[in-house]
Amino acid sequence: MTQLLNYFLITGVLLTVFILISLFRLISGPTVPDRVVAMDTINTLIVAGMILFGAAFEEVIYIDVAIVYALLSYIATLYIAKYLERRAKDK
Amino acid sequence: MTILSIILFLFLLIGIFFNGLGSIGLMRFPDVYTRLHAATKCTTFGSIFTSLSVIIFGFYFWKVNGDSKFGVLALHTIIALVCLIITNPTGAHAIARAAYRSGVMPKQAVIDQLKEAKLK
Repeated sequence: MTQLLNYFLITGVLLTVFILISLFRLISGPTVPDRVVAMDTINTLIVAGMILFGAAFEEVIYIDVAIVYALLSYIATLYIAKYLERRAKDK
Repeated sequence: MTILSIILFLFLLIGIFFNGLGSIGLMRFPDVYTRLHAATKCTTFGSIFTSLSVIIFGFYFWKVNGDSKFGVLALHTIIALVCLIITNPTGAHAIARAAYRSGVMPKQAVIDQLKEAKLK
């Protein structure tokens, strides 16, 4: 059982490394949609990592936070996309 | 090494592999659309597998130990996974449409057949 919890912990730490790799694209993206894509990827990885850490520390509340985070980040992505579209139409 | 730990190890390995491919593709590909293709599909698939390993873990220890904490863990993970599966492709589609309408072209593209079709 402890070994299984260690599997989840190691996977969560590796996902954190992937988040850091994606953060580079968020900082250095040439266009605005690049940055939005990087933010979307980071949000997905954060939700997956929260589920893994919740299993590793046996805390259910982490997974509840992950559900809310997934829905809110989806709304944020939709609104940024809508903003980009509207800004292009006005120009 | 029980059968459970082998299954969980395999699922976590698939999840790590695809999540890593997604973030490496985000780093290496040349323009927005290919980056979106790599990042969204690979991270969705990898997150499905890592969450599936948590669900199997929770249901197994719920059945063996009889502790309802693991059952709650598994059921809440299923809800989070359903939210992720529904929202992720929809958000990617919205980003791609916004990127096209805001005038970002693919890097090596020479013709734009969508614009020609609109002009007719």
